[in-house]
Amino acid sequence: MAVKTVKPYRFAPRDTVDKFPAPLLYIGWEDHMMFVSPICLPVPPDTPFQALMDKILPDAYGMHPDFAKIDWSKVQWFKSGKPFVPEPAKTLRENGLGHKDVIRFRTPGLEGIGGAYF
Amino acid sequence: MDTRVEKKKLSLRERYHLMTRGLGWEPTYQPTEKVFPFTAYEGIKIHDWDKWEDPFRLTMDAYWKYQGEKEKKLYAVIDAFAQNNGFLSLTDARYLNAIKIFIQGVTPLEYYAHRGFAFAGRHFRGEGLRVACQMQSLDELRHTQTELHSISVYNKFFNGFHNPLHWFDRVWYLSVPKSFFEDANSSGPFEFLTAISFSFEYVLTNLLFVPFMSGAAYNGDLSTVTFGFSAQSDESRHMTLGIECIKFMLEQDPDNVPIVQRWIDKWFWRGYRVLTLVGMMMDYMLPKRVMSWREAWEIYGEQNGGALFQDLGRYGIREPAGFRDACDGKDHISHQAWLTFYTYDPVAAFHTWVPSDAELDWLSAKYPESFDRYYRPRLLYLREQQAAGTPVANKNLPLLCNVCQIPMFFTEPGDPRRICYRESVYEGERYHFCSDHCKSIFDHEPEKYVQSWLPVHQIYQGNCFKPGTDPTAPGFDPIKAVLDYYEINNGRDNLWYDNSEDRRNFEAWTAEARGN
Repeated sequence: MAVKTVKPYRFAPRDTVDKFPAPLLYIGWEDHMMFVSPICLPVPPDTPFQALMDKILPDAYGMHPDFAKIDWSKVQWFKSGKPFVPEPAKTLRENGLGHKDVIRFRTPGLEGIGGAYF
Repeated sequence: MDTRVEKKKLSLRERYHLMTRGLGWEPTYQPTEKVFPFTAYEGIKIHDWDKWEDPFRLTMDAYWKYQGEKEKKLYAVIDAFAQNNGFLSLTDARYLNAIKIFIQGVTPLEYYAHRGFAFAGRHFRGEGLRVACQMQSLDELRHTQTELHSISVYNKFFNGFHNPLHWFDRVWYLSVPKSFFEDANSSGPFEFLTAISFSFEYVLTNLLFVPFMSGAAYNGDLSTVTFGFSAQSDESRHMTLGIECIKFMLEQDPDNVPIVQRWIDKWFWRGYRVLTLVGMMMDYMLPKRVMSWREAWEIYGEQNGGALFQDLGRYGIREPAGFRDACDGKDHISHQAWLTFYTYDPVAAFHTWVPSDAELDWLSAKYPESFDRYYRPRLLYLREQQAAGTPVANKNLPLLCNVCQIPMFFTEPGDPRRICYRESVYEGERYHFCSDHCKSIFDHEPEKYVQSWLPVHQIYQGNCFKPGTDPTAPGFDPIKAVLDYYEINNGRDNLWYDNSEDRRNFEAWTAEARGN
């Protein structure tokens, strides 16, 4: 469908990748709503996926007592809600992650503070 | 001697007719569609503009008289409240954080409404409708002013009141009400009336005004209560404009029905999302509570709204597409919003806190289905961390819904354990939404929402720092730089209530007023 207007109506999208220091990646930790919502981070596309687990996620989520208990071999990943198997040695781009993609990870057995998904 | 001629007095009806319908004319120098370029493009067909019925039959001269009288009373109370240090009789200074949200997020909407109705009044055909819109435009300007005046007394004593209009245009959570109203103001006149007069003022207004004004009364805020009384008769006129407009469109042509239905679907959901802030205020911010969000939703949303849409069924209108999901959210959204503001309080211009034990019990009683299971453990953890000197604060910026601009904290309908994620791809760009209904709004008019000014993305684009800020400088602190751009006084306007200057001052002043 299209917006009804009196004149031609076209505007450039405001959030294209060229406007950011790096493509945006959205990350959500399932069952842990202390972080309220998925987070939004600019991450260079040549970052290895392993760096996400080694550096970016600990910075973002390390304050949660569940974080230290994560068994990374059991973590389930999702991209746009669909199961996704990342290759840790490859970069984000090689793993098919682009600007404004959303990934989630589920850590089975960990359901937040008091089992209340927090 | 001349015979005295009795001057014929006009009946109210004749007078109203002359002062409204009698003011219009058909243009002859220019074609009508050039004089009124916005009346047809939305697709609404009107065959007889004179079928518009204004139930109030209010003319401009009577309008000035009534408003003038109300104004005199209001300003007498505002003066008395200020001169007698009325703020000392508030239940608690925590209450004022609800009023901060009001002046930051609602008062600027009154001004937007003033502009929107001025536009509608200019661009509609039909004098009855034009006069009604013009009056409402003036009402809204008056509400902006009287709210600023009623609330300004608090600015002398408390933080978070000094810069609402500057904040409205910049601060992340205020982009929610701002983008809502800009969406309406950039619509055609019929959609604007469906959005604001009908969906917001007729269907949802009780959920905004009752909590704020009863909340003010319950908590000793005479200044805001008096404003509420002064606005009440205007509000009933506004509500009537909303329902009249819907009936007028639906009665004029059956082709209007699907267009109006889609607008109702859209604007019910847009308005409902904005009211999340009100739910949070009712359940968490009023020291003396009026009713829970859930109770208010059941009365004003489910019962009254349900009856209204049943009534409109005879025109072929059904309940809004998001109605069931809105009902499903009643056990959750106020808690989810409060937890969001608590963990993001370092970047908000008001204070949050963890409720007292008695307040937690009140919430358990009001939310038997959800509170003890999901939200009490979360709040207790926040309390524990705060007592340990490590309050939980989110340092990362959230993903915002591209339509309502609220951080994506809402959960799946029917499953409060899972965040609700939706997305669309339009011309190669990906967009994210908090719900099916925000997604559907985008999918219908993507050209509009690709322009969304999303505060989080704007920060990353470098547009939310003061001129001269160097984000590459060593030790650059982006949060401090953004607070500086917002002109939020770090350590005074933001952060948690327990350690706030507001709390220290209020306790010291009330102790002084009540003791020796």
